[in-house]
Amino acid sequence: MKKKSTVFIGILGILLGLLWLFPFYMIVSNSFKTPKGIFASVLSLPNPFTSANYGASFKALHFMSSLTNSLIITICSVLLLILCSSMGAYALQRNHSKLSGALLMVFISAMLIPFQSVMIPLTANFGSVHFLNMYGLMFMYVGFDCSLSIFLYQGTLSSIPIAMDEAAELEGANRWQIYTKVILPMLSPMTVTVAILNIIAIWNDYLLPSLVLPQAQYTIPLQMFNFFGEYTKQWHLALAGITLSIIPVILFYLFAQKWIIKGVTDGAVK
Amino acid sequence: MKNRSLSFWLFLTPTLVALALVVFIPMLEGLLYSFTDWDGLSFTKMVGFKNYTALLTDKTFINAFWFTLAFVIVTVILLNVIGLGLALLVTQKFKGSNLLRTIFFMPNMIGGLILGFIWQFIFTQGFTALGTALHWSWLNGWLTNAKTGFWGLVIVTVWQMSGYIMIIYIAYLQNIPQEVIEAAEIDGASAWQRFTKITFPMIAPAFTVCMFLTLSNGFKIYDQNLSLTNGGPYQSTQMLAMNIVNTAYNSGNFAAAEAKAMIFFIIVAAISLIQVFYNRKREVDL
Repeated sequence: MKKKSTVFIGILGILLGLLWLFPFYMIVSNSFKTPKGIFASVLSLPNPFTSANYGASFKALHFMSSLTNSLIITICSVLLLILCSSMGAYALQRNHSKLSGALLMVFISAMLIPFQSVMIPLTANFGSVHFLNMYGLMFMYVGFDCSLSIFLYQGTLSSIPIAMDEAAELEGANRWQIYTKVILPMLSPMTVTVAILNIIAIWNDYLLPSLVLPQAQYTIPLQMFNFFGEYTKQWHLALAGITLSIIPVILFYLFAQKWIIKGVTDGAVK
Repeated sequence: MKNRSLSFWLFLTPTLVALALVVFIPMLEGLLYSFTDWDGLSFTKMVGFKNYTALLTDKTFINAFWFTLAFVIVTVILLNVIGLGLALLVTQKFKGSNLLRTIFFMPNMIGGLILGFIWQFIFTQGFTALGTALHWSWLNGWLTNAKTGFWGLVIVTVWQMSGYIMIIYIAYLQNIPQEVIEAAEIDGASAWQRFTKITFPMIAPAFTVCMFLTLSNGFKIYDQNLSLTNGGPYQSTQMLAMNIVNTAYNSGNFAAAEAKAMIFFIIVAAISLIQVFYNRKREVDL
Protein backbone atom coordinates (compact mmCIF):
# COMPACT_ATOMS: atom_id res chain seq x y z
CA MET A 1 0.00 0.00 0.00
CA LYS A 2 2.66 2.46 1.13
CA LYS A 3 4.92 1.43 -1.73
CA LYS A 4 2.22 1.85 -4.37
CA SER A 5 1.31 5.41 -3.36
CA THR A 6 4.99 6.43 -3.29
CA VAL A 7 5.40 5.20 -6.86
CA PHE A 8 2.26 7.06 -7.89
CA ILE A 9 3.48 10.29 -6.28
CA GLY A 10 6.87 9.85 -7.93
CA ILE A 11 5.32 9.45 -11.39
CA LEU A 12 2.97 12.38 -10.87
CA GLY A 13 5.93 14.49 -9.78
CA ILE A 14 7.96 13.59 -12.84
CA LEU A 15 5.05 14.35 -15.19
CA LEU A 16 4.32 17.72 -13.60
CA GLY A 17 8.00 18.60 -13.55
CA LEU A 18 8.26 17.86 -17.27
CA LEU A 19 5.11 19.89 -17.94
CA TRP A 20 6.62 22.86 -16.09
CA LEU A 21 9.91 22.51 -17.97
CA PHE A 22 8.26 22.11 -21.37
CA PRO A 23 8.22 25.86 -22.22
CA PHE A 24 11.94 26.07 -21.44
CA TYR A 25 12.59 23.10 -23.71
CA MET A 26 10.58 24.76 -26.47
CA ILE A 27 12.49 28.03 -26.47
CA VAL A 28 15.96 26.58 -25.96
CA SER A 29 15.66 23.79 -28.52
CA ASN A 30 14.12 26.05 -31.17
CA SER A 31 16.70 28.75 -30.56
CA PHE A 32 19.29 26.35 -32.03
CA LYS A 33 17.31 25.71 -35.22
CA THR A 34 17.35 27.37 -38.59
CA PRO A 35 14.10 29.12 -39.67
CA LYS A 36 13.40 26.11 -41.89
CA GLY A 37 14.08 23.77 -38.99
CA ILE A 38 11.49 25.55 -36.81
CA PHE A 39 8.99 25.47 -39.63
CA ALA A 40 9.60 21.76 -40.29
CA SER A 41 9.20 20.64 -36.70
CA VAL A 42 8.71 22.78 -33.62
CA LEU A 43 8.67 19.91 -31.16
CA SER A 44 11.77 17.96 -32.19
CA LEU A 45 15.38 18.50 -31.17
CA PRO A 46 17.40 20.85 -33.41
CA ASN A 47 18.43 19.19 -36.68
CA PRO A 48 20.44 20.74 -38.27
CA PHE A 49 21.93 22.37 -35.21
CA THR A 50 23.04 26.01 -35.46
CA SER A 51 24.24 28.56 -32.95
CA ALA A 52 24.26 31.41 -35.47
CA ASN A 53 21.01 32.85 -34.01
CA TYR A 54 22.84 33.74 -30.82
CA GLY A 55 25.44 35.93 -32.49
CA ALA A 56 22.77 37.80 -34.43
CA SER A 57 20.43 38.36 -31.49
CA PHE A 58 23.32 39.22 -29.17
CA LYS A 59 24.03 42.15 -31.49
CA ALA A 60 20.42 43.10 -32.16
CA LEU A 61 19.63 43.14 -28.44
CA HIS A 62 22.74 45.27 -27.70
CA PHE A 63 23.12 42.60 -25.07
CA MET A 64 26.22 43.86 -23.29
CA SER A 65 24.86 47.36 -22.97
CA SER A 66 21.38 46.32 -21.84
CA LEU A 67 22.85 43.81 -19.40
CA THR A 68 25.09 46.54 -17.97
CA ASN A 69 22.16 48.95 -17.68
CA SER A 70 20.03 46.32 -15.97
CA LEU A 71 22.84 45.55 -13.53
CA ILE A 72 23.58 49.19 -12.71
CA ILE A 73 19.94 50.11 -12.21
CA THR A 74 19.09 47.03 -10.14
CA ILE A 75 22.17 47.12 -7.91
CA CYS A 76 22.11 50.88 -7.25
CA SER A 77 18.37 50.98 -6.61
CA VAL A 78 18.51 48.04 -4.22
CA LEU A 79 21.48 49.48 -2.29
CA LEU A 80 19.72 52.82 -2.00
CA LEU A 81 16.54 51.11 -0.87
CA ILE A 82 18.33 49.06 1.77
CA LEU A 83 20.11 52.12 3.16
CA CYS A 84 17.14 54.51 3.12
CA SER A 85 14.50 52.13 4.36
CA SER A 86 16.57 50.61 7.17
CA MET A 87 17.37 54.15 8.34
CA GLY A 88 13.73 55.13 8.18
CA ALA A 89 12.56 51.99 9.94
CA TYR A 90 15.20 52.49 12.66
CA ALA A 91 14.04 56.04 13.36
CA LEU A 92 10.40 54.97 13.44
CA GLN A 93 10.89 51.90 15.60
CA ARG A 94 13.08 53.59 18.23
CA ASN A 95 10.68 56.49 18.64
CA HIS A 96 7.62 55.52 20.63
CA SER A 97 5.39 58.47 19.92
CA LYS A 98 2.10 58.99 18.16
CA LEU A 99 3.98 60.74 15.38
CA SER A 100 6.05 57.71 14.47
CA GLY A 101 2.95 55.52 14.57
CA ALA A 102 1.23 57.91 12.20
CA LEU A 103 4.25 58.02 9.87
CA LEU A 104 4.35 54.23 9.75
CA MET A 105 0.69 54.27 8.74
CA VAL A 106 1.55 56.73 5.97
CA PHE A 107 4.18 54.34 4.62
CA ILE A 108 1.86 51.36 4.85
CA SER A 109 -1.05 53.19 3.22
CA ALA A 110 1.18 53.98 0.23
CA MET A 111 1.20 50.24 -0.48
CA LEU A 112 -2.51 50.50 -1.35
CA ILE A 113 -1.81 52.73 -4.32
CA PRO A 114 -1.26 50.82 -7.58
CA PHE A 115 1.36 52.05 -10.02
CA GLN A 116 -1.13 52.95 -12.77
CA SER A 117 -2.81 55.44 -10.45
CA VAL A 118 0.27 57.63 -10.16
CA MET A 119 2.25 56.98 -13.33
CA ILE A 120 0.97 59.80 -15.53
CA PRO A 121 1.54 62.79 -13.20
CA LEU A 122 4.72 61.14 -11.91
CA THR A 123 6.34 60.92 -15.32
CA ALA A 124 5.04 64.37 -16.27
CA ASN A 125 6.61 65.90 -13.14
CA PHE A 126 9.95 64.16 -13.53
CA GLY A 127 9.97 65.06 -17.21
CA SER A 128 9.49 68.74 -16.48
CA VAL A 129 12.66 68.78 -14.33
CA HIS A 130 14.59 66.60 -16.84
CA PHE A 131 14.85 63.61 -14.56
CA LEU A 132 13.57 60.95 -16.93
CA ASN A 133 16.75 58.83 -16.82
CA MET A 134 18.25 56.05 -14.75
CA TYR A 135 18.92 58.33 -11.79
CA GLY A 136 15.32 59.45 -11.71
CA LEU A 137 14.34 55.79 -12.02
CA MET A 138 16.46 54.78 -9.01
CA PHE A 139 14.83 57.53 -6.97
CA MET A 140 11.39 56.34 -8.05
CA TYR A 141 12.17 52.80 -6.95
CA VAL A 142 13.07 54.12 -3.50
CA GLY A 143 9.69 55.86 -3.39
CA PHE A 144 7.67 52.89 -4.61
CA ASP A 145 9.43 50.12 -2.73
CA CYS A 146 10.42 51.74 0.57
CA SER A 147 7.04 51.06 2.16
CA LEU A 148 7.29 47.29 2.12
CA SER A 149 10.98 47.42 3.05
CA ILE A 150 10.35 49.72 6.02
CA PHE A 151 7.51 47.49 7.12
CA LEU A 152 9.75 44.41 7.00
CA TYR A 153 12.69 46.12 8.75
CA GLN A 154 10.45 47.54 11.42
CA GLY A 155 9.31 44.03 12.41
CA THR A 156 12.89 42.82 12.82
CA LEU A 157 13.97 45.96 14.68
CA SER A 158 11.42 45.37 17.41
CA SER A 159 13.32 42.19 18.31
CA ILE A 160 16.64 44.02 18.73
CA PRO A 161 16.77 45.18 22.37
CA ILE A 162 17.19 48.89 22.96
CA ALA A 163 19.92 48.00 25.47
CA MET A 164 22.16 47.49 22.43
CA ASP A 165 21.72 51.15 21.48
CA GLU A 166 22.24 52.31 25.04
CA ALA A 167 25.42 50.32 25.51
CA ALA A 168 26.87 51.84 22.36
CA GLU A 169 25.75 55.29 23.45
CA LEU A 170 27.55 54.92 26.78
CA GLU A 171 30.71 54.15 24.88
CA GLY A 172 30.35 57.48 23.12
CA ALA A 173 28.87 56.46 19.78
CA ASN A 174 26.57 58.92 18.04
CA ARG A 175 23.30 57.99 16.35
CA TRP A 176 24.87 57.37 12.95
CA GLN A 177 27.58 55.17 14.45
CA ILE A 178 25.03 53.17 16.43
CA TYR A 179 23.06 52.63 13.25
CA THR A 180 25.98 51.62 11.04
CA LYS A 181 28.05 49.66 13.59
CA VAL A 182 25.38 48.03 15.75
CA ILE A 183 21.96 48.02 14.12
CA LEU A 184 22.66 47.52 10.42
CA PRO A 185 24.80 44.38 10.95
CA MET A 186 22.09 42.89 13.15
CA LEU A 187 19.51 43.53 10.44
CA SER A 188 21.41 41.58 7.81
CA PRO A 189 19.05 38.57 7.62
CA MET A 190 16.20 40.95 6.81
CA THR A 191 18.46 42.88 4.45
CA VAL A 192 18.87 39.70 2.41
CA THR A 193 15.08 39.40 2.18
CA VAL A 194 14.62 43.05 1.22
CA ALA A 195 17.37 42.74 -1.38
CA ILE A 196 15.98 39.55 -2.94
CA LEU A 197 12.42 40.86 -3.22
CA ASN A 198 13.53 44.10 -4.82
CA ILE A 199 16.16 42.56 -7.09
CA ILE A 200 13.54 40.29 -8.66
CA ALA A 201 10.96 43.08 -9.01
CA ILE A 202 13.32 45.73 -10.37
CA TRP A 203 15.24 43.44 -12.72
CA ASN A 204 12.01 42.30 -14.36
CA ASP A 205 10.16 45.62 -14.32
CA TYR A 206 8.95 46.84 -17.67
CA LEU A 207 6.29 49.55 -17.52
CA LEU A 208 7.98 52.10 -15.26
CA PRO A 209 11.39 51.99 -17.00
CA SER A 210 9.65 52.10 -20.40
CA LEU A 211 8.14 55.45 -19.40
CA VAL A 212 11.32 56.79 -17.83
CA LEU A 213 14.46 55.60 -19.61
CA PRO A 214 15.96 57.06 -22.80
CA GLN A 215 16.93 54.45 -25.40
CA ALA A 216 20.64 54.52 -24.51
CA GLN A 217 19.80 53.35 -20.99
CA TYR A 218 17.42 50.54 -21.98
CA THR A 219 17.36 47.51 -19.69
CA ILE A 220 16.94 43.90 -20.85
CA PRO A 221 13.10 43.82 -20.75
CA LEU A 222 12.88 47.11 -22.67
CA GLN A 223 15.38 46.01 -25.27
CA MET A 224 13.51 42.72 -25.52
CA PHE A 225 10.24 44.50 -26.23
CA ASN A 226 11.81 46.61 -28.97
CA PHE A 227 13.54 43.60 -30.40
CA PHE A 228 10.26 41.68 -30.55
CA GLY A 229 8.60 44.45 -32.47
CA GLU A 230 11.21 43.95 -35.18
CA TYR A 231 11.61 40.18 -35.17
CA THR A 232 8.16 38.71 -34.41
CA LYS A 233 8.18 36.74 -37.60
CA GLN A 234 11.80 35.66 -37.12
CA TRP A 235 11.32 33.27 -34.24
CA HIS A 236 14.82 31.77 -34.55
CA LEU A 237 16.34 35.14 -33.57
CA ALA A 238 13.62 36.03 -31.05
CA LEU A 239 14.02 32.72 -29.21
CA ALA A 240 17.80 33.08 -29.01
CA GLY A 241 17.16 36.56 -27.57
CA ILE A 242 14.74 35.18 -24.98
CA THR A 243 17.20 32.47 -23.98
CA LEU A 244 20.01 35.00 -23.63
CA SER A 245 17.86 37.29 -21.52
CA ILE A 246 16.78 34.61 -19.06
CA ILE A 247 20.25 33.13 -18.53
CA PRO A 248 21.28 35.76 -15.92
CA VAL A 249 18.04 35.21 -14.00
CA ILE A 250 18.32 31.43 -13.98
CA LEU A 251 21.96 31.62 -12.87
CA PHE A 252 21.01 33.97 -10.04
CA TYR A 253 18.17 31.66 -9.06
CA LEU A 254 20.25 28.50 -8.97
CA PHE A 255 23.02 30.29 -7.07
CA ALA A 256 20.83 32.05 -4.48
CA GLN A 257 17.85 29.71 -4.33
CA LYS A 258 17.90 29.24 -0.57
CA TRP A 259 17.75 32.97 0.11
CA ILE A 260 15.26 33.60 -2.64
CA ILE A 261 12.77 31.11 -1.23
CA LYS A 262 13.20 32.55 2.27
CA GLY A 263 12.90 36.12 1.01
CA VAL A 264 9.81 35.45 -1.04
CA THR A 265 8.15 33.65 1.87
CA ASP A 266 8.97 36.46 4.33
CA GLY A 267 7.72 39.11 1.92
CA ALA A 268 4.39 37.39 1.39
CA VAL A 269 3.64 36.10 4.86
CA LYS A 270 4.59 39.10 6.99
CA MET B 1 15.03 58.93 19.32
CA LYS B 2 13.01 61.98 20.20
CA ASN B 3 10.52 63.59 17.84
CA ARG B 4 12.34 66.86 17.87
CA SER B 5 15.82 65.40 17.56
CA LEU B 6 17.60 66.21 14.34
CA SER B 7 18.68 62.62 13.83
CA PHE B 8 15.08 61.35 13.83
CA TRP B 9 14.23 63.55 10.88
CA LEU B 10 17.52 63.03 9.08
CA PHE B 11 17.03 59.27 9.19
CA LEU B 12 13.54 59.61 7.78
CA THR B 13 14.17 62.32 5.19
CA PRO B 14 15.24 60.16 2.23
CA THR B 15 12.25 57.85 2.31
CA LEU B 16 9.73 60.54 3.22
CA VAL B 17 10.87 62.79 0.37
CA ALA B 18 10.87 59.91 -2.11
CA LEU B 19 7.47 58.71 -0.99
CA ALA B 20 5.99 62.19 -1.27
CA LEU B 21 7.45 62.95 -4.70
CA VAL B 22 6.89 59.52 -6.21
CA VAL B 23 3.61 58.38 -4.69
CA PHE B 24 1.55 60.91 -2.75
CA ILE B 25 1.96 64.10 -4.78
CA PRO B 26 1.31 62.37 -8.14
CA MET B 27 -1.67 60.60 -6.56
CA LEU B 28 -3.21 63.89 -5.42
CA GLU B 29 -2.44 65.53 -8.76
CA GLY B 30 -4.08 62.61 -10.53
CA LEU B 31 -7.16 62.95 -8.37
CA LEU B 32 -7.36 66.65 -9.22
CA TYR B 33 -6.76 66.09 -12.95
CA SER B 34 -9.49 63.46 -13.08
CA PHE B 35 -11.97 66.32 -12.54
CA THR B 36 -10.49 68.53 -15.28
CA ASP B 37 -9.84 68.53 -19.03
CA TRP B 38 -6.13 67.81 -18.46
CA ASP B 39 -4.19 67.03 -21.66
CA GLY B 40 -1.02 65.75 -20.04
CA LEU B 41 0.56 69.20 -19.75
CA SER B 42 -2.07 71.61 -18.52
CA PHE B 43 -5.80 72.01 -17.98
CA THR B 44 -8.19 74.87 -18.67
CA LYS B 45 -11.24 74.11 -16.54
CA MET B 46 -12.87 71.86 -13.99
CA VAL B 47 -15.40 69.49 -15.54
CA GLY B 48 -16.90 67.89 -12.43
CA PHE B 49 -17.64 64.19 -12.73
CA LYS B 50 -17.78 64.25 -16.51
CA ASN B 51 -14.69 62.02 -16.91
CA TYR B 52 -16.23 59.51 -14.54
CA THR B 53 -19.70 59.41 -16.07
CA ALA B 54 -18.10 59.05 -19.50
CA LEU B 55 -16.58 55.76 -18.30
CA LEU B 56 -20.03 54.22 -18.10
CA THR B 57 -20.32 54.43 -21.88
CA ASP B 58 -16.66 53.66 -22.58
CA LYS B 59 -17.00 50.20 -24.11
CA THR B 60 -13.28 49.36 -24.00
CA PHE B 61 -13.16 50.19 -20.30
CA ILE B 62 -16.29 48.21 -19.45
CA ASN B 63 -15.01 45.30 -21.49
CA ALA B 64 -11.60 45.50 -19.80
CA PHE B 65 -13.33 45.51 -16.42
CA TRP B 66 -15.37 42.34 -17.05
CA PHE B 67 -12.43 40.64 -18.75
CA THR B 68 -10.20 41.42 -15.76
CA LEU B 69 -12.83 40.30 -13.27
CA ALA B 70 -13.32 36.97 -15.05
CA PHE B 71 -9.55 36.54 -15.27
CA VAL B 72 -9.14 37.26 -11.56
CA ILE B 73 -11.85 34.79 -10.51
CA VAL B 74 -10.45 31.99 -12.66
CA THR B 75 -6.81 32.56 -11.69
CA VAL B 76 -7.52 32.91 -7.96
CA ILE B 77 -9.23 29.51 -7.97
CA LEU B 78 -6.70 27.77 -10.21
CA LEU B 79 -3.64 29.24 -8.50
CA ASN B 80 -4.79 28.24 -5.05
CA VAL B 81 -5.85 24.74 -6.04
CA ILE B 82 -2.71 24.07 -8.08
CA GLY B 83 -0.40 25.90 -5.66
CA LEU B 84 -1.69 23.87 -2.72
CA GLY B 85 -1.56 20.69 -4.78
CA LEU B 86 2.08 21.28 -5.69
CA ALA B 87 2.88 22.14 -2.06
CA LEU B 88 1.33 18.87 -0.85
CA LEU B 89 3.20 16.99 -3.54
CA VAL B 90 6.67 18.34 -2.81
CA THR B 91 6.31 18.05 0.97
CA GLN B 92 5.94 14.25 0.59
CA LYS B 93 9.16 12.45 1.27
CA PHE B 94 10.51 11.15 -2.01
CA LYS B 95 13.66 11.48 -4.04
CA GLY B 96 13.71 14.61 -6.15
CA SER B 97 11.12 16.60 -4.21
CA ASN B 98 13.60 19.44 -3.76
CA LEU B 99 14.40 19.45 -7.45
CA LEU B 100 10.67 19.68 -8.18
CA ARG B 101 10.35 22.71 -5.88
CA THR B 102 13.15 24.38 -7.81
CA ILE B 103 11.42 23.65 -11.12
CA PHE B 104 7.95 24.78 -10.04
CA PHE B 105 9.23 28.09 -8.70
CA MET B 106 11.54 28.86 -11.61
CA PRO B 107 9.02 30.64 -13.91
CA ASN B 108 8.39 33.10 -11.11
CA MET B 109 11.91 34.47 -11.48
CA ILE B 110 11.31 35.51 -15.08
CA GLY B 111 9.59 38.80 -15.77
CA GLY B 112 6.04 38.89 -17.07
CA LEU B 113 7.10 40.51 -20.32
CA ILE B 114 9.48 37.73 -21.31
CA LEU B 115 7.07 35.05 -20.07
CA GLY B 116 4.45 36.44 -22.41
CA PHE B 117 6.84 36.22 -25.35
CA ILE B 118 7.79 32.64 -24.45
CA TRP B 119 4.14 31.57 -24.44
CA GLN B 120 3.32 33.53 -27.55
CA PHE B 121 5.70 31.17 -29.32
CA ILE B 122 4.19 28.10 -27.69
CA PHE B 123 0.59 29.10 -28.40
CA THR B 124 1.14 30.19 -31.98
CA GLN B 125 3.81 27.69 -33.11
CA GLY B 126 3.88 24.82 -30.60
CA PHE B 127 0.10 24.41 -30.23
CA THR B 128 -0.40 24.52 -33.97
CA ALA B 129 2.22 21.83 -34.52
CA LEU B 130 0.75 19.66 -31.77
CA GLY B 131 -2.77 20.22 -33.10
CA THR B 132 -1.76 19.15 -36.59
CA ALA B 133 0.11 16.09 -35.33
CA LEU B 134 -2.73 14.91 -33.10
CA HIS B 135 -5.59 16.20 -35.29
CA TRP B 136 -6.90 18.30 -32.40
CA SER B 137 -8.37 21.34 -34.07
CA TRP B 138 -8.91 23.23 -30.80
CA LEU B 139 -5.15 23.70 -30.57
CA ASN B 140 -5.12 25.82 -33.72
CA GLY B 141 -5.46 29.57 -33.89
CA TRP B 142 -4.67 30.37 -30.26
CA LEU B 143 -4.52 34.07 -29.34
CA THR B 144 -6.51 34.98 -32.46
CA ASN B 145 -9.75 35.49 -30.53
CA ALA B 146 -10.85 36.70 -27.12
CA LYS B 147 -11.58 33.22 -25.78
CA THR B 148 -8.21 31.61 -26.49
CA GLY B 149 -6.53 34.89 -25.56
CA PHE B 150 -8.23 34.71 -22.18
CA TRP B 151 -7.16 31.12 -21.53
CA GLY B 152 -3.72 31.92 -22.85
CA LEU B 153 -3.34 34.62 -20.21
CA VAL B 154 -4.68 32.26 -17.57
CA ILE B 155 -2.19 29.55 -18.52
CA VAL B 156 0.76 31.97 -18.47
CA THR B 157 -0.26 33.30 -15.07
CA VAL B 158 -0.82 29.85 -13.61
CA TRP B 159 2.52 28.63 -14.95
CA GLN B 160 4.24 31.68 -13.52
CA MET B 161 2.60 32.06 -10.13
CA SER B 162 1.72 28.52 -8.97
CA GLY B 163 5.25 28.04 -7.70
CA TYR B 164 5.03 31.25 -5.70
CA ILE B 165 1.75 30.22 -4.08
CA MET B 166 3.25 26.77 -3.51
CA ILE B 167 6.13 28.32 -1.53
CA ILE B 168 3.69 30.08 0.80
CA TYR B 169 1.62 26.95 1.38
CA ILE B 170 4.83 25.00 2.07
CA ALA B 171 5.77 27.51 4.76
CA TYR B 172 2.49 26.86 6.54
CA LEU B 173 2.49 23.10 5.93
CA GLN B 174 5.90 22.84 7.58
CA ASN B 175 4.54 24.52 10.69
CA ILE B 176 2.13 21.66 11.33
CA PRO B 177 3.61 19.60 14.18
CA GLN B 178 4.50 16.17 12.86
CA GLU B 179 3.35 14.51 16.11
CA VAL B 180 -0.23 15.55 15.51
CA ILE B 181 -0.31 13.84 12.14
CA GLU B 182 1.45 10.76 13.48
CA ALA B 183 -0.98 10.55 16.38
CA ALA B 184 -3.91 10.68 13.95
CA GLU B 185 -2.25 8.02 11.83
CA ILE B 186 -1.92 5.73 14.86
CA ASP B 187 -5.56 6.37 15.69
CA GLY B 188 -6.39 5.01 12.26
CA ALA B 189 -7.23 8.21 10.37
CA SER B 190 -7.02 7.77 6.59
CA ALA B 191 -4.92 10.08 4.43
CA TRP B 192 -8.07 11.93 3.37
CA GLN B 193 -9.24 12.33 6.98
CA ARG B 194 -5.82 13.58 8.03
CA PHE B 195 -5.94 16.13 5.25
CA THR B 196 -9.47 17.43 5.87
CA LYS B 197 -9.38 17.28 9.67
CA ILE B 198 -5.82 18.40 10.43
CA THR B 199 -3.87 19.80 7.51
CA PHE B 200 -6.69 21.83 6.03
CA PRO B 201 -7.73 23.69 9.20
CA MET B 202 -4.13 24.30 10.18
CA ILE B 203 -3.21 25.99 6.93
CA ALA B 204 -6.34 28.16 6.88
CA PRO B 205 -4.30 31.36 7.43
CA ALA B 206 -2.34 30.53 4.28
CA PHE B 207 -5.58 30.67 2.32
CA THR B 208 -6.18 34.23 3.40
CA VAL B 209 -2.66 35.26 2.45
CA CYS B 210 -2.76 33.51 -0.92
CA MET B 211 -6.31 34.56 -1.76
CA PHE B 212 -5.59 38.24 -1.39
CA LEU B 213 -2.17 37.98 -2.98
CA THR B 214 -3.61 36.36 -6.10
CA LEU B 215 -6.59 38.74 -6.08
CA SER B 216 -4.63 41.96 -6.10
CA ASN B 217 -1.94 40.57 -8.42
CA GLY B 218 -4.63 39.53 -10.88
CA PHE B 219 -6.06 43.02 -11.06
CA LYS B 220 -2.67 44.62 -11.56
CA ILE B 221 -1.35 42.39 -14.37
CA TYR B 222 0.07 44.33 -17.28
CA ASP B 223 3.32 42.89 -18.69
CA GLN B 224 1.94 39.44 -19.61
CA ASN B 225 -1.03 41.11 -21.24
CA LEU B 226 1.23 43.35 -23.30
CA SER B 227 3.61 40.70 -24.57
CA LEU B 228 1.14 37.85 -25.03
CA THR B 229 -1.82 39.45 -26.82
CA ASN B 230 -1.19 43.20 -26.58
CA GLY B 231 -4.91 43.40 -25.83
CA GLY B 232 -5.80 42.05 -29.26
CA PRO B 233 -7.62 41.14 -31.35
CA TYR B 234 -9.52 44.44 -31.37
CA GLN B 235 -8.85 45.21 -27.67
CA SER B 236 -10.90 42.18 -26.70
CA THR B 237 -8.25 40.85 -24.30
CA GLN B 238 -7.29 44.20 -22.83
CA MET B 239 -7.13 44.24 -19.05
CA LEU B 240 -7.72 47.22 -16.74
CA ALA B 241 -4.08 48.18 -16.26
CA MET B 242 -3.45 48.12 -19.99
CA ASN B 243 -6.62 50.05 -20.71
CA ILE B 244 -5.38 52.88 -18.47
CA VAL B 245 -1.93 52.93 -20.06
CA ASN B 246 -3.37 52.92 -23.59
CA THR B 247 -5.98 55.58 -22.85
CA ALA B 248 -3.18 57.87 -21.74
CA TYR B 249 -0.27 57.09 -24.03
CA ASN B 250 -1.94 55.80 -27.20
CA SER B 251 -5.16 57.82 -27.32
CA GLY B 252 -3.87 60.87 -25.45
CA ASN B 253 -6.98 61.07 -23.26
CA PHE B 254 -5.10 61.94 -20.11
CA ALA B 255 -8.04 63.18 -18.07
CA ALA B 256 -10.08 60.07 -18.90
CA ALA B 257 -7.07 57.90 -18.04
CA GLU B 258 -6.83 59.62 -14.66
CA ALA B 259 -10.49 58.91 -13.91
CA LYS B 260 -9.87 55.26 -14.78
CA ALA B 261 -6.74 55.28 -12.63
CA MET B 262 -8.75 56.48 -9.64
CA ILE B 263 -11.40 53.78 -10.10
CA PHE B 264 -8.55 51.29 -10.39
CA PHE B 265 -7.10 52.59 -7.14
CA ILE B 266 -10.43 52.16 -5.36
CA ILE B 267 -10.71 48.53 -6.51
CA VAL B 268 -7.15 47.59 -5.56
CA ALA B 269 -7.22 49.48 -2.25
CA ALA B 270 -10.58 47.96 -1.32
CA ILE B 271 -9.18 44.43 -1.75
CA SER B 272 -6.22 45.23 0.50
CA LEU B 273 -8.37 46.92 3.14
CA ILE B 274 -10.78 43.99 3.25
CA GLN B 275 -7.76 41.76 3.80
CA VAL B 276 -6.50 43.91 6.69
CA PHE B 277 -9.97 43.94 8.22
CA TYR B 278 -10.33 40.19 7.79
CA ASN B 279 -6.94 39.51 9.40
CA ARG B 280 -7.76 41.73 12.37
CA LYS B 281 -11.03 39.93 12.87
CA ARG B 282 -9.31 36.57 12.73
CA GLU B 283 -6.74 37.67 15.30
CA VAL B 284 -9.52 38.83 17.61
CA ASP B 285 -11.36 35.54 17.15
CA LEU B 286 -8.24 33.63 18.13
